[in-house]
Amino acid sequence: MRTIEKKIFQEAIKQALIEMNHELSPAFISRLASAKETETGTVSKTILDDILQNHEIARKGTFPLCQDTGMVVVFADVGQEVYFSFDFESTLNEAVAEAYAEGYLRKSIVDDPIHRRNSETNTPAITHIRLVPGDQLRLRIAAKGGGSENMSTVRMLKPNDGLEGVRQETLKAIKNAGGRPCPPLIVGIGLGGNLEKSALLAKEAILRDIDDKNPDPELAQFEQQLETEINELDVGPMGVGGETTCLAVKVNTFPTHIAMLPFALNLQCHAARHREVVL
Amino acid sequence: MKLQPPLDRRTVRKLQAGDRLLISGTLITARDQAHLRLVEEENPGFDLEGAIIYYVGPTPPKPGHQIGSSGPTSAYRMDQLAIPLLSRGVRGMIGKGERSAELREALETHEAVYLIATGGAGALLASRIKKRVPLLYEDLGPEAVYRLEVEDFPCYVAYDVHGNSIFGSDRQ
Ligand code: SF4
Repeated sequence: MRTIEKKIFQEAIKQALIEMNHELSPAFISRLASAKETETGTVSKTILDDILQNHEIARKGTFPLCQDTGMVVVFADVGQEVYFSFDFESTLNEAVAEAYAEGYLRKSIVDDPIHRRNSETNTPAITHIRLVPGDQLRLRIAAKGGGSENMSTVRMLKPNDGLEGVRQETLKAIKNAGGRPCPPLIVGIGLGGNLEKSALLAKEAILRDIDDKNPDPELAQFEQQLETEINELDVGPMGVGGETTCLAVKVNTFPTHIAMLPFALNLQCHAARHREVVL
Repeated sequence: MKLQPPLDRRTVRKLQAGDRLLISGTLITARDQAHLRLVEEENPGFDLEGAIIYYVGPTPPKPGHQIGSSGPTSAYRMDQLAIPLLSRGVRGMIGKGERSAELREALETHEAVYLIATGGAGALLASRIKKRVPLLYEDLGPEAVYRLEVEDFPCYVAYDVHGNSIFGSDRQ
């Protein structure tokens, strides 16, 4: 057994949350920068420039990238040989609360979906905990804004709809969403499993390294083709038209039932705040 | 193009969808909860005539700063409640994203414009806010009504009074 100390666990989460709210991954920024170079629309180009300038200012640490500093989502892959000497969920939430207080981040969580009182701590976080072999803890952490989450969707397609159905549903949803989810986007698609599994796959898809390649050649090609088609929709940065609607499409799949083709679409706005930590 | 509130009808008529504006002067903040209360308020204690309302819920200011990250929130949520404010003289709104047909009609009737600021550019926009003064409903925290003094605050005309739109979806 390997013990993970409470302090190390909490500090890692706090640091990741404060950092990601002020700085995006270099790979993501370089995609944005090349999109700005190739973008031909005048307004759309200026908006991409605003986004890049915003990143430059946020990196200095005074102002978070976006005022919506998100709801915290944590995928925790826990090695079976890891021992925690503390309560996992409550300790994680303490770390989130401390990060949002000390980092001057906005507390955007209400304690009840109907009565809607602010919890004042930005907790609880959403956790997805999985047991895996080994003695390490892998945390994939995201601070996810409301605007792009609101434009996300789950639909139960018919098996015969196939990839063509997925393509049509995706194009329709992104077109209808327009500027509201703050494009340029990362488009995460979850296919297969069941209702909730498809949504999890879509969320994991947006957390993938933006430069990775889908190991399945058919899906890799589908991701490429869909990216091109989305960028032909003329939605553009913040919906003002232009060629930069998405920076990447990621499709994650899982086996499913003979009668089902669950499809989930999770949109990630350009404030793509993710971090991976291995303890 | 430079723009200074309060806005009169003549200035508003000249604005065209797609124009980039640099606003200097006063903005009034209000979002969901504040709109619910503002439409009931007979005397809000500040002038709505010619005002620009900014849909924003900033992050808390760090020590020594007036405000935290301050980008626009989605405007469609305020569509219904914005119309009574337009009839009381509000001439501009800043938010992000597309809005309803009813709201667009009201802009033409009342001669007002809808502006967008770059969504998610909260740090850039905050760096152009020089001062923040609480006006109303401080119990709402980040959703309270504030007066902001801004300098070269970058926005784009999204819907003008002539029925034109900046959005790609309206061009097809
Ligand atoms: S969708 Fe993203 S970038 Fe836009 S306001 Fe929300 S968190 Fe910020």
